[in-house]
Amino acid sequence: MSEQYPALLVVVPLLSALVVSIAGWINKRLCFPIAVAALGVAAWSAVGLLLRVLDEGVIVYKLGGWSPPMGIAYYIDYLNGLVLPVVSIVALLNLIANKKGIEQQFPDKIGPFYTLYLLMVTGLLGIVVTGDAFNLYVLLEIAALTGYGLLAMGEERAPLATLNYLYMGTIGACFYLLGVGYLYIVTGSLNMVDIARLLPPLYQSKAVMAAFIICMVGVWLKMAFFPLHAWLPNAYTYANSAASSLIAPLVTKVMIYVMIRLMLTVFTPEFAFTTLAVSNAIVWLAVIAIVMGAVLALAERNLKKMLTYIVVAEVGYMVGGAWLGNRDGMTGAILHIVNDALMTLCVFMVVGNIVYKVKGYAFEDLQGLFRKMPFTMGALVIGAMSIIGVPPTCGFFSKWYLIVGAISAGHYGFMAALIFSSLVSVVLFFRVFEICFYEPFADHHGHDNHPGGMDEAPVSMVVPLLIVAVILIVVGLYTGDIVNHVIQFAIPETMV
Amino acid sequence: MNMETIISIKPLLAVLVSLLVVPILVLSGKRPNVREACTFLAAGIKFLIVLSMVPVILNGTQIVYTIAEVIPGVAIKLRVDSFGMLFALVSSSLWIVTSAYSIGYMRKLKEHSQTRYFCFFALALSATIGVAFSANLLTLYLFYEMLSFATYPLVTHHQDHEARSSGRKYLLYIVGTSIGFVLPAMLISYSLAGTLDFSSQGFLAGTGSKPLIGLLCFMFLFGFAKAAIMPFHSWLPAAMVAPTPVSALLHAVAVVKVGVFCVARVLTGVFGTDLLFSLNLNVPIIYIASFTIMAGSLIALSQDNLKRLLAFSTIAQLSYIVLGIGLLSPKGMTGGMLHIAMHAFGKITLFFCAGAIFVATGKKNISEMIGIGRRMPVTMAAFFIGSLSIIGMPPCGGFISKWYLVLGTLEAHQLPILFVLLTSSLLNAAYFMPFVYKAFFCRPEDAMFESRVQEAPAFCVVPLVITALISVILLFYPQPFLRLAKMMVQSITGV
Repeated sequence: MSEQYPALLVVVPLLSALVVSIAGWINKRLCFPIAVAALGVAAWSAVGLLLRVLDEGVIVYKLGGWSPPMGIAYYIDYLNGLVLPVVSIVALLNLIANKKGIEQQFPDKIGPFYTLYLLMVTGLLGIVVTGDAFNLYVLLEIAALTGYGLLAMGEERAPLATLNYLYMGTIGACFYLLGVGYLYIVTGSLNMVDIARLLPPLYQSKAVMAAFIICMVGVWLKMAFFPLHAWLPNAYTYANSAASSLIAPLVTKVMIYVMIRLMLTVFTPEFAFTTLAVSNAIVWLAVIAIVMGAVLALAERNLKKMLTYIVVAEVGYMVGGAWLGNRDGMTGAILHIVNDALMTLCVFMVVGNIVYKVKGYAFEDLQGLFRKMPFTMGALVIGAMSIIGVPPTCGFFSKWYLIVGAISAGHYGFMAALIFSSLVSVVLFFRVFEICFYEPFADHHGHDNHPGGMDEAPVSMVVPLLIVAVILIVVGLYTGDIVNHVIQFAIPETMV
Repeated sequence: MNMETIISIKPLLAVLVSLLVVPILVLSGKRPNVREACTFLAAGIKFLIVLSMVPVILNGTQIVYTIAEVIPGVAIKLRVDSFGMLFALVSSSLWIVTSAYSIGYMRKLKEHSQTRYFCFFALALSATIGVAFSANLLTLYLFYEMLSFATYPLVTHHQDHEARSSGRKYLLYIVGTSIGFVLPAMLISYSLAGTLDFSSQGFLAGTGSKPLIGLLCFMFLFGFAKAAIMPFHSWLPAAMVAPTPVSALLHAVAVVKVGVFCVARVLTGVFGTDLLFSLNLNVPIIYIASFTIMAGSLIALSQDNLKRLLAFSTIAQLSYIVLGIGLLSPKGMTGGMLHIAMHAFGKITLFFCAGAIFVATGKKNISEMIGIGRRMPVTMAAFFIGSLSIIGMPPCGGFISKWYLVLGTLEAHQLPILFVLLTSSLLNAAYFMPFVYKAFFCRPEDAMFESRVQEAPAFCVVPLVITALISVILLFYPQPFLRLAKMMVQSITGV
């Protein structure tokens, strides 16, 4: 059984997506348990895979028994071994938390919604698990197309915002495909390990350099790396809560994973940092991304949209960290994939709960929320602490590695940007907390200026949220183990 | 310093007690008596745990406990040494007294959200003890930030416009400086030395260039803005919008002392006295502290609001501690550390009195309190004792720490600083004594109160009598604080 984990990971959500769409016609209530079971199996397999990788090292799985380079192979090493559980657990928790929200919003589209949801997760898991550059493109499109569908199911402006995303996303995917095409021309292979073996003698070739850069630009478009971010805020803001709290934590992070996979495995760190000699410029781009993300977030008077700009800034953290060109920076970037996925999930789930109860997420809608929804707001506080970077929440530790990496690379601009972003996050979140805490102001000084009791979201939404909030702290305390036992082996030894 | 160390979970328990009581406080929110009983229980247990470690520490042994190994070379780790023990003893004992006072104050004024108040108070105490017992800079930073955020809802308890603007100031100064200065300084120190563990002679010696070390020193000095060193002091007067027990325990003891404790810890445990001395960094430190002392005292002179006066007095007194450490002489450092304890008991008494007056009469301004001594003789007697302690006159404990500070200036050959200390004492007398005098001795037609004795509730009066008595007792029996301070100084300087 455990030999089949790599296949189960992708096949179970894929097939159950079909089952769910059929079940939706028979009885809508069947959809949710099937979806939970499918993602449960996926999460179980992902954790099992990580444990096997920790035990045995890299796992190669040949789909259908066909050997590469003819067949498609799945490679699970320390890097995707770490990302897979994150993706599957985030998807599972979010699914459970949003059951009520989906019923409330789309009472007659439950079947299609869960189908799209499962297909989306299939795509994301596939991108992470695959060892084939073209297969990755296919899964990228699966994730993207289902993502457009999910995001478009939202407010009035959602379809238009998603159309914008569709244009940009398609261009991004095309860029990636073009890059892979170049690689195929020069190496004659689509298998990542194979390409990696064939490439080194060709590193001076203009075609290879072009392939790498074109792939990078495509991936940056998909991850909304400033200034290619313009599609993200509207698309995520106007979507329904279940979709945005699935897609915001995962899609950008999976694309960061793809970028790091290309840099570390398909190409080599030496090629990326030395032969190309553009890393300094890219880190400065990341600095701009962080600063602009923070500033644009400040300009928003709307909780959800503010959070989407924080996502843009966080992408800058990871791109910058990865391109610092040293071990600490890369460790920070990989660690931040995990941490940022979790903390983004946390804050977007909070938005989901607020939308469920208050039917809005503009700043004016948030008045008195500490009294009304103390558990949800408690989770928001922990999520905010993590985004600000307060120990012992996990966000602090990835920021630690990123800054240490910046110091040892001598890149003080990146360090300053990270500190700046922390300070801005304090302002961003305390501005929200102030509204939730003080307003509406009482007319006279003093007592009981917040009438009205608790009006918390349902237990099925609050409990997963609190679990995520606790995970933020637990992951923070286990940072040492994650780095020493997993991330350390995900980065090639040649990188210091 | 090759001290014996033992591994024990006690320091962690001391930190956790008040954290774990929070859910119980929330659940018992509907029954205030049960809730307050739980607060007392937690405070009592915390104090007993701290107390149970005193004999071990006095024997020259350290207690360590590692919570989690988070970063190579840096763990979240607790370590109890004599300096940390001194601070933990002060804050955990005063929590018990303040809890009693809180009950009297909050109930008499019928404050809203009392459960929230007691919960965050407990959280703040966890963080305070955590700072006292931190073994390295990361752990220190963790608890320091926890304290910043846990005290925010206490400062802004009234939830009105004034509370909001004070809360903003509070966060801007305290969190702004800790993220803006301390965090990068800590990471640069880690990059230089590869460790963050405090040691008796610091770990930065021989790692960085002179200008860099100097820069780090000032980033830490101003970064711990809870120490209220000018120009990062104005959050403290603003924080006086908080209910008085908060001002008393947090803004006279826990929060501000955490600030100076952190400064002292970093100066001695990160830089080390030799490094500071060889780079001449002690001179700017003592002059910055002296400036804060003089300016704080002078501003206090002009205050009419009693709590604001006390706040500026606190700003000045905190810099005594920084000054003592900055002198780098054994007597000066002893005086500085001892002042943490002596000032705490004196100043908390004064705040308790201010709160008691507010509870009993609703008055906040000194100009409205003429003749208050006839109405509240016990409170004002305690106020007199507290102010004597702050001025540094016998028969109060404040005398000892000032005595050591004065000796320290002589030892370090800093005569101008001696002048600063003496002038400041005069200024202290100048802002306290007229008030005390007018409270008791005024012409009957000037008195603003009837001569009928009417004190605040017993829950308010008893705590302030206790702390006033302790202030007096500390002169005659300054142990174990004096011994702990001397032990710490000995481990740093070897004298």
